[in-house]
Amino acid sequence: MPMVNIAGKEVEVDEEGYLVDLSQWNEDIAKYMAVEEKVDLTDSHWEVVNFLREYYAEYQIAPAVRVLTKAIGKKLGPEKGNNKYLYELFPYGPAKQACKIAGLPKPTGCI
Amino acid sequence: MSDMDEMDDGSGIVKKFMFLNRKAPHGTVYALEGLEVVLITAAFDQDVSMVFTDDGVYQLMKGIDTKGIEVKDFSKTYRALEGYDIEKLYVDQVSLDARGLTEDDLIVDVTVLSNDEMANLMAEQDVVISF
Amino acid sequence: MLHIVNKSATERSSLESCLRLATKGSAVLLIEDAVYAATNGNAAAAKIQAAAADLKIYALGPDLAARGMAGRVLGGVNVVDYGGFVDLVAEHSNCQSWL
Repeated sequence: MPMVNIAGKEVEVDEEGYLVDLSQWNEDIAKYMAVEEKVDLTDSHWEVVNFLREYYAEYQIAPAVRVLTKAIGKKLGPEKGNNKYLYELFPYGPAKQACKIAGLPKPTGCI
Repeated sequence: MSDMDEMDDGSGIVKKFMFLNRKAPHGTVYALEGLEVVLITAAFDQDVSMVFTDDGVYQLMKGIDTKGIEVKDFSKTYRALEGYDIEKLYVDQVSLDARGLTEDDLIVDVTVLSNDEMANLMAEQDVVISF
Repeated sequence: MLHIVNKSATERSSLESCLRLATKGSAVLLIEDAVYAATNGNAAAAKIQAAAADLKIYALGPDLAARGMAGRVLGGVNVVDYGGFVDLVAEHSNCQSWL
């Protein structure tokens, strides 16, 4: 699988650019992935990225977008737990783009 | 993912789907594959039951630690099912008994069914998918 | 002879055949899904305990842990790690896998 150099470290990614070994994840990798996805990381983005990492640690999967939306609504409030808010942050799909930045695998069932 | 989640086939027909899990978690890939299929098909808004019989009850054991065999611990993922609106989890009492297990040994809340109750639940399904 | 069984006794007949045909003094190592048989309350537990009179029964620790069974091992069953697995293979001149 392809290797990329991120902040001086060789990191393995899959064909679609997702991090292969999520234990390698750090903020440099997140920033690199964000540039790849043309996302300017703000605190609001980080909130979702960190939420995803917590979700993964608890359940060992990346959630489907509808599950993510519902779970974010529960934790961060309805003004954030909706498609409009999340798609504004991650225009090409919150599950897909935010997972990539969070160093998680592509969500199960993602096509 | 988003395309699939928001897809509406317009038919509105809801069928009773049973995912029947009969295999222990790590010796074969059936348990993990079955779980992934359930998570994917959760987007289709059907009447889904997830059933654990025979060695399948072992999938739900508490206290699993897979570090030593270097595989993913997907037992935690059963706890995500609720968020996917998969809330009907049934476990076969006969299978628990044959393995010295009780409901308290399991990582998620389940409904334990007697032999007759399990038989009836199976009989009333439109589709049964086995793993 | 070292006998190695890797299939669940509540699903396949390999353990039963192994215990029936293993001769006195042999060692039986349970790995992968076969470790369930060596846990309290399992339907195969009585067979394991009866067999332990004539055979040395081992179970692989990492496989027990991965199945949430580390705390439920039957008395008389010796838990070994990967190093112990290697030692068992080295100690015995031959080895039979019950696939």
